[in-house]
Amino acid sequence: MDINTLRGITTALALIAFVSVWIWAWSSRRKKAFDEAANLPFADDSELQPEDASHE
Amino acid sequence: MDSQTTYNYKVVRQFTVMTIVWGIVGMLVGVYIAAELAWPQLNMDIPWLTFSRLRPLHTNAVIFAFGGSALFATSYYVVQRTCQTRLFSSGLAAFTFWGWTLIIVLAAVSLPLGITSSKEYAELEWPIDILIAVVWVSYAIVFFGTIMKRKVKHIYVANWFYGAFILTIAVLHIINNLEIPVSLTKSYSIYPGAIDAMVQWWYGHNAVGFFLTAGFLGMMYYFVPKQAGRPVYSYRLSVVHFWALISTYMWAGPHHLHYTALPVWAQSLGMVFSLILLAPSWGGMINGIMTLSGAWHKLRDDPILKFLIVSLSFYGMSTFEGPMMSIKTVNALSHYTDWTIGHVHSGALGWVAMVSIGSVYFLVPKLFGREQMYSIKLIDWHFWMATIGVVLYIVSMWISGIMQGLMWRAVNDDGTLTYSFIETVQAMHPFYIVRFLGGALFLTGMLVMAYNVIKTVSGARPADAPVPQTA
Repeated sequence: MDINTLRGITTALALIAFVSVWIWAWSSRRKKAFDEAANLPFADDSELQPEDASHE
Repeated sequence: MDSQTTYNYKVVRQFTVMTIVWGIVGMLVGVYIAAELAWPQLNMDIPWLTFSRLRPLHTNAVIFAFGGSALFATSYYVVQRTCQTRLFSSGLAAFTFWGWTLIIVLAAVSLPLGITSSKEYAELEWPIDILIAVVWVSYAIVFFGTIMKRKVKHIYVANWFYGAFILTIAVLHIINNLEIPVSLTKSYSIYPGAIDAMVQWWYGHNAVGFFLTAGFLGMMYYFVPKQAGRPVYSYRLSVVHFWALISTYMWAGPHHLHYTALPVWAQSLGMVFSLILLAPSWGGMINGIMTLSGAWHKLRDDPILKFLIVSLSFYGMSTFEGPMMSIKTVNALSHYTDWTIGHVHSGALGWVAMVSIGSVYFLVPKLFGREQMYSIKLIDWHFWMATIGVVLYIVSMWISGIMQGLMWRAVNDDGTLTYSFIETVQAMHPFYIVRFLGGALFLTGMLVMAYNVIKTVSGARPADAPVPQTA
């Protein structure tokens, strides 16, 4: 195989991979999981911080 | 202490305190060598104090001792808190702290003695390289071991960035330091000529991309949302940001070798990938800054948030400047001049140091059971000293560097050079003094921080937060 064909295929695969990541990240099926993950920094309020005391 | 009911804050405390200590030491050496450039007699004819030996000490101290400690501290904190589990193996975590400290001490002794493998940012000789590899693999085991025993379903995006940083640095460090020892203190690279240069800058630029960027982006993705009190602007964007950034950075290294013996196609490849890097870099920066969307008022009276957000502004600025400087025609002017030094410091002081400082101010009260830092006003003072210090530094280096490049390339009608080399050095002198003042101001801000931290922790007892016991 000509080296330039290989280069072309590699470039096309990289483009497909990039677009796939976008489609995957923006698919509505992922929304719930991403929302859960995004809230992880706030999920373990085990410390008695002043702002925690105001909840409830 | 080793029960599973509390988080392991001990190792986080150790690394957090050493972040401040090594920051002051590394920046002090930096200010000293900046003064040497302005007033060369400051080396006092002592070989250990010459610029050539202290410069690698400065870079190693600020990158690996200061930046490294900040990364260890924050990654150990973030991975525990977002996985809701104690660190995997307290013993191995303690080993990473004492091992890393030993490496820093060995660097501080061997570099002034002139013991060096002469590879930039990889100067340490082979016995220390082996120790670094052992400590780093232990770090990976502790970090990924903690992720494996997480109590939550998802792996938070900050941990993806920290994980990529840990894995990549292991690969880079080991491959770039493959060398043949000829004595205890001297070794030679196994790679010949241009290949050695390419491996070195593949390492060098990815040290920037993964050590000084991906790791600190992990910091951003935890501490900016925490301090702002709201989740990151777009989690989807953070996922694309991660994959785009790590797959692009790997290829940008050849821009350090424009117009050298490196094949031209490799130089062009490095330039193109450096230009592409603008997109994921700015995607990440916008994601961080927009986290404040709807809560901009918090910036007004929260100096910790100011540190974090302004660090992102400097990140955006230097990741715009970097791709521009990688364009071959721009590089023909900028390379080997002070412009490069200014660029590095807008990233290192503006981005890396300021995001670390903000994170340390967040961590210290939590690690020592205090509600907040001793003085919020002093944090504000520190913020302005740091910001003005960085601006003085980079503006003086822009002027000095561009002037230097223009003077080097100026030719008379008959083809002879317009300026001799010493004339360019003379022209740079006032800007070296301004750079020294900017650096000294930044260092003074670090001393203000040290005072504030001492006042915060004195009389306080180390506090270890409990791990949530929900199943």
